Amino acid sequence: MTTATMPVLKHEAYDVVIVGGGPAGLAAALGAREGGAERILVVDREPEAGGILWQCIHAGFGLHHFKEELTGPEYATRFLRMVEEAGIEIATNSYVLDIAPDRTVTIMSGEGGLREVPAKAVVLAMGARERTRGAIRTAGTRPAGVFTAGLAQKFTNMLGYLPGKRVVILGSGDIGLIMARRLTLEGAEVLGVFEIMPYANGLNRNIVQCLHDFDIPLHLSTTVAEIHGRERVEAVTVAPVDENLRPILDKGWRIECDTLLLAIGLIPENELSQRLNLRLDPVTGGPVVNSAMETSVDGIFACGNVVHIHDLVDFVTQEALLAGRCAGEFARGQRRPKDNIKLVPGRNVRYTVPHSISSEREHTIYMRVREPMERCVLRLGEVYQKRLRYVVPGEMVTLKVKPEFLENFHGDSLLVEVVERGDA
Amino acid sequence: MYDVTIIGGGIIGTAIARELMRYDVRAVLVEKEVEVGFGTSKSNSGIIHGGHHSEPGTIKAKYEWPGNQMWDRLAAELGFAFKRIGELTLAFSEEEVDKLLAMKEQGEALGVPGLEIWDRDRILREEPNVSPSVVAGLYAPTTGVINPYEACFAFAGNARKNGLELALGRPVSAIERIPGGFLVIAGGEPIPTRFIVNAAGLFADEVARMAGDDTFRITGRKGEEYLLDKRLQGFVQRLLFPLPTPESKGILVIPTYDGTLMVGPTAHATEDKTDVATSWAGSDEVFSFVKRVVPGISERDCIAQFAGVRAVADGNDFIIGPSHVEGLINVAGIQSPGLTAAPAIAVDVVRMLSDLGLELAEKHDFDPTYKAPVRFNMLPREEQRRLVARDPSYGKIVCRCEYVTEGEIRDAIRAGARTLDGIKFRTRAGMGRCQGGFCSWRSMQLLSEELGISMTEVTKKGGNSWLVCEFEEVGS
Repeated sequence: MTTATMPVLKHEAYDVVIVGGGPAGLAAALGAREGGAERILVVDREPEAGGILWQCIHAGFGLHHFKEELTGPEYATRFLRMVEEAGIEIATNSYVLDIAPDRTVTIMSGEGGLREVPAKAVVLAMGARERTRGAIRTAGTRPAGVFTAGLAQKFTNMLGYLPGKRVVILGSGDIGLIMARRLTLEGAEVLGVFEIMPYANGLNRNIVQCLHDFDIPLHLSTTVAEIHGRERVEAVTVAPVDENLRPILDKGWRIECDTLLLAIGLIPENELSQRLNLRLDPVTGGPVVNSAMETSVDGIFACGNVVHIHDLVDFVTQEALLAGRCAGEFARGQRRPKDNIKLVPGRNVRYTVPHSISSEREHTIYMRVREPMERCVLRLGEVYQKRLRYVVPGEMVTLKVKPEFLENFHGDSLLVEVVERGDA
Repeated sequence: MYDVTIIGGGIIGTAIARELMRYDVRAVLVEKEVEVGFGTSKSNSGIIHGGHHSEPGTIKAKYEWPGNQMWDRLAAELGFAFKRIGELTLAFSEEEVDKLLAMKEQGEALGVPGLEIWDRDRILREEPNVSPSVVAGLYAPTTGVINPYEACFAFAGNARKNGLELALGRPVSAIERIPGGFLVIAGGEPIPTRFIVNAAGLFADEVARMAGDDTFRITGRKGEEYLLDKRLQGFVQRLLFPLPTPESKGILVIPTYDGTLMVGPTAHATEDKTDVATSWAGSDEVFSFVKRVVPGISERDCIAQFAGVRAVADGNDFIIGPSHVEGLINVAGIQSPGLTAAPAIAVDVVRMLSDLGLELAEKHDFDPTYKAPVRFNMLPREEQRRLVARDPSYGKIVCRCEYVTEGEIRDAIRAGARTLDGIKFRTRAGMGRCQGGFCSWRSMQLLSEELGISMTEVTKKGGNSWLVCEFEEVGS
């Protein structure tokens, strides 16, 4: 496991340094090349770049970007090959300790030591981490056997061990759904998926393919109220929740199990962003970005789950290609005209990325809704509207904005909202 | 035959062990958990109390202030973290201000220096996030914070260096009388010993009874604590106390040594001494109280929660001294301020052993020091660079929330960590915001590698706390 590599960097300084070699970082590197950057460095902590894709051995990746259905490792392999063909350098087993506001990146890499590398532009692509038990304050004991779904996936798919035999899953996020199927296929008993909200959080296709096809029950408006067991999990108490999402304890029931997986959402990984004092969006937990995916600090760009949590890797790729391209242009001294329109989330829109756009260019806007809605309209101020068959919080909504939409618009902000048809 | 068997490897047992090993004695420390400090001590709030809390005349008061004064030297010798950050006991009404004044007088009578009454303006200037409804506060500069488990590891580590034998994972099931002493049955193995120091915490009454002393009962009083995200680092600078009640010092805001804020503990009697479950009611109690004191704190900032059970003796005071059973010394009912008092208790217990006839010849080669583990994240950049150049394992980050390196984890295992929690409490790996989501598999691999055990044998905290199983163990 501890392969002693000696990552010696080829250059003293770089045009673009990309922090993180997951799907966002790899696409950003390709984007940077398109943007004209020459010396590009991707820094990744693992022995091999590719990020979380390696442990996502199920299919379902690439339908948008490659127009075919790939597994996570296939998707990663394609990008690694393209990055290699583009002659982009990857420092693996390496860790970015710090980024100075002048974009000097401190990189530590085991045998390679610790060094400061000046960069003309930096792209943050650190991804996300999973929310934990503490975040939801689940009562009870603290035995072994409570894992985040992603860690369980790492055990199962990468390390060759199972996290347990009788499993309860809290949260209907996609990783939880995927793990419900995966563990069932390996012979573990998955006793149920419990979701505190009145609707499922994962992609609809995962509900069908991972739960329904395996007769795994999904309990909505129900949560794990208490964990039991001193050494290893022995049981959990699950209970329906009231209107404040608090468990109604006397309506709870006990399920004997040895494992509790938590699939209760992801949070952008922003230790470095905080050290840089980037402006963060309290809703996404990631940096505020303009239409070039540039943060509040000049020359620092961001993309992927570090900005906001995506549902499909394809959208990460799309966003990261843009971030990389803009970083590459920045490194060459090109400056895009400033955005002139701020996007303001309105009814049933939690946030938008980017946070602002320019009336001169075409943009893709990503957003998440607060609650499910059917037969609705996505409205961009008074200038544009688009009919949507349905929206759910688990699936990102994307909108292509063309300059012609904004030809007759002279304001400086646009309200973005999703409303029921006829409720304008 | 051993001279002394210490039963219990919490803060009291390990402090006594460390003190005892100054002398030429043959001693063993017996602990039921697989690591020291894994019982009540692990869940302690980590406060070295100012010295002014205990009522004069109590046994608690006898040891609190003397104990307080010993921590600077211990921290320096044994390399664990300790910082006197000061404490504010807050009054929210004029009535409470009178109680503050009484507390100040009590502290001064006990000899505690530096106590000051702060008015509202001063409090809000020094602690701007305290609720503006505060009326006054009692400031004590003598109060400090440590990580209690670190102190246990350091005491035990130093004692071992000076000849202590450690018998971990060995619960005591019986104590028999033999000529000149006792036979302690621990984990099925007999340990012959002249003296027993009973520092068995919650189970001190059961251990005493095994030896023939049925004079006291220990009951449990549970406390729940909630750790908050690093976002709130520096939000509160000093320990914030409400006015105390007979049951407890109240729900506190604790800036821990590592900068994380912790809120709690609750204080409720529990029938089951092993009940360390947190509850919705406890969480509500803690947060609704704390929000009144520091309105900017919210349950949304919680990253982890845990509970511990205090050992409470009848009468609510410490029980420290020789039993009517010859050769047995009880150190029982050590609730708050037990951590603060521990070093002073240790010195006194060793004196008691001498009074009972144990010859105490000073060990000529006693080494008072214990090497502080490397904390990579705390080092200046240049030192980090040198360290990585010397040993590249310090150049590999395992825990990305707390920046803990592979080198530190290997050090911890070599210093005695046997479990995932053992690594966590020694290095902070897994203690940050992701709570081990990213690093626990790697820590498990390192345990497996260093200890020569399989991944399925790695546990969270010993016993049946297995973490992963083989594919073959599952299903048909």
